[in-house]
Amino acid sequence: MKKAFPILAALTALFLAYAFYEAMFVAPTDALQGDVYRIIYYHVPSAWTAFLLFFINFIASVQYLANAKPSTQRAAKWIVIAIGIAGAIAPFIPQVKQMLPPGMYPSSVATTALIIVGLYFLIGKFFPGQSLDVLAVTTAEVGVVFCTIVLVTGPIWARPVWGIWWAPGDIRLTSTLVLWLIYVSYLVLRRFSDSAQTQKLAAVLAVFGALDVPLVYFSIWFFRTQHPQPVIGGGGSMDPRMLNVLLISWMAFLCFAFLVCWARYRLEQLRREVEEAEALESLREPGAPSAQTSKAKVPLSRGPQ
Amino acid sequence: MRSFWSITMATLTKDIRLEWRSKDALNAMLFFSLLVVVIFVFSFDPLAEESRHIVGGLIWVAFLFAAVVALNQTWARELRNQVLDAYRVSPAPANALFVAKVLGNFIFVSLLEALMAPLFVIFYNLRVLGPAWQLMPVALLGTWALVVNGTFFAAMSVRTRSRELMLPLLLFPVSIPAVISMVAATTSILTGEDSAHFYIVLLLTYDVVFTTACLGLFDTVLQAE
Amino acid sequence: MTNPPTVPTGVPFIVIEGLIKQFDRFAALRGVTAEFDAGKVHVILGDNGAGKTTLLRTLAGLAHPTRGTVSVLGKNPHDACRDIGYMAHPSLLYDEMSGLENLRYFARLYDIAGDSRCEQVIRSVGLDPELSRPVGKYSQGMRQRMSLARAILHDPKILLLDEPFSNVDVHSAREMVGLLKGMRDAGKSIFVVTHQATLLEGVADEFVWMQAGQIVDRTHHLAPEITRAEQP
Repeated sequence: MKKAFPILAALTALFLAYAFYEAMFVAPTDALQGDVYRIIYYHVPSAWTAFLLFFINFIASVQYLANAKPSTQRAAKWIVIAIGIAGAIAPFIPQVKQMLPPGMYPSSVATTALIIVGLYFLIGKFFPGQSLDVLAVTTAEVGVVFCTIVLVTGPIWARPVWGIWWAPGDIRLTSTLVLWLIYVSYLVLRRFSDSAQTQKLAAVLAVFGALDVPLVYFSIWFFRTQHPQPVIGGGGSMDPRMLNVLLISWMAFLCFAFLVCWARYRLEQLRREVEEAEALESLREPGAPSAQTSKAKVPLSRGPQ
Repeated sequence: MRSFWSITMATLTKDIRLEWRSKDALNAMLFFSLLVVVIFVFSFDPLAEESRHIVGGLIWVAFLFAAVVALNQTWARELRNQVLDAYRVSPAPANALFVAKVLGNFIFVSLLEALMAPLFVIFYNLRVLGPAWQLMPVALLGTWALVVNGTFFAAMSVRTRSRELMLPLLLFPVSIPAVISMVAATTSILTGEDSAHFYIVLLLTYDVVFTTACLGLFDTVLQAE
Repeated sequence: MTNPPTVPTGVPFIVIEGLIKQFDRFAALRGVTAEFDAGKVHVILGDNGAGKTTLLRTLAGLAHPTRGTVSVLGKNPHDACRDIGYMAHPSLLYDEMSGLENLRYFARLYDIAGDSRCEQVIRSVGLDPELSRPVGKYSQGMRQRMSLARAILHDPKILLLDEPFSNVDVHSAREMVGLLKGMRDAGKSIFVVTHQATLLEGVADEFVWMQAGQIVDRTHHLAPEITRAEQP
């Protein structure tokens, strides 16, 4: 890590600078919003990065819980494969295709399903045992940082353009807020828990959070159809040049996120190694007696020697 | 299966009996609920035009506060004298204990709601303009949503510092879709302006999803040291 | 670390292999390896912090090993729970219920029907089943005895007792020891963690000495120095 990290850091800094240049100077000015809209090149990539990190956390948490017993581990693998197959084939069946919400293409559903399966097995392969939990902590923390950026840039963008700081009916912003709340509570649980099984409890909370997000989405979606609300960020399609810059910006953010996660991951690994070593040393007195002589040296409870 | 329900019923009746014996706590909770309603009445003017539209939200926020105070006591008796260890060491299934606690909390919180709701009707001069019978499934499903997750997170909080703070901290984010649904449904029914049908279905979905999740994961939480 | 001398004979009932129990920066058990035979009274001794309680809790299935294995009757402690009875320093009873009400509830957890077993067990520890006083108002001696009653309610093969004589009057303590002797003679295996080893001198089959998270010795007798040191 000592060699690779500084090189990658420098490259990422360059990439971010390039993305900044593209966002501020190259991308065309928006017809309606003027130059204020450029905040989108930070707002949206942060959101996508945060969602990706939280998604990885969810998969790592599920695997961590499933790996507790060999039987559940096997069952989980088969369920994931089943989801992948179903997700890849189902959207193309006409009856299912009709039920998809407008704007959602069957190919994107299929790709998402396959990505889920791919991520599950990749993560399982490269992060065995306890490192799954280290990955979970890392992605949760870095994810919260990026999510905070989304929640700060959102209102900053909304105020000059739409005249309001916040719209409760805005699906994306509100779902992001709930996701942020869930993961902050996740981090608080990790910090405040005295349990020896903190890692399992946190993983349980991550699963609950993941189950919650689609329900949040639907509840706000219906609320919005009943009470029409301004949509921050607008809908509809985007100028291809803007989309191009957006993707460049996202790539730069991903590199940055990867770097930060890598550093945090190593930090957590080292911390755990130190803790373990300290624990095994903790009860040893200086000049530790060996087993044979301990009979003579065991103090107090054996009475005066 | 029969022993599961026998253990659940034994635990539930034990809890009710103990709650009844120490009526102090029960009375204090009832009085607390009354106070919450009164605070709301003084904060949100009942005669204002807008109150009719926000009273759905007020009622559920009041229920939420009362529920959290009740939920924090869920495991208190089991923690004194470490009785929870006795349960863990027995062959009794963890979910039997969980279901008993959820049912106990459900009964208790429903009792508090039954006290608070008429007070709201009185103080806010409420008339139900929509289909009043729909308030029943909303109340039942909504209370179950709060209580099932609340009991689960109360068990998780047992192993943390600042136990009473951890419960709402964990419960509120996850409860947001349920709260949105409860409030929107209640407002729709009270004002008669929209249909509460979608929200009732969403609440039902929420309850099914999270009851399943709780039953699947409670053993992990109980066995945590 | 060489293995401490094992007490001979019998089929190993409980097998512990390389048990490590770590709480963050503190290791309560640092590599315990031992085998215990059935039908004996094992008294576990050592300083505070030696790991005695943690060892007992691991045998009961209440603490999960960080590394290593514990096998009770060839199974995971949690799977062997019907054969394990556990008594701790807290009473593990509901203060607001009477002794019989407490035992009735725990009997349901073990699928034991009817009151007769509960009443029999309460009498066997020298208490009155009819007593309606809530357990919270018992004296310490009575509470420990009722706690023992709860532990033996389901007639387990193995008893794990953590400081059963703590703050107990001499009379109650002697009665409890007599009860333990009877149970050992009936074929039960009993593990007792205590600071009052002399109480069990006539009854114990072996003394297990722990220090710094490990078993450092296993003997048939208490050294004479201790007997003298513990006398008032």
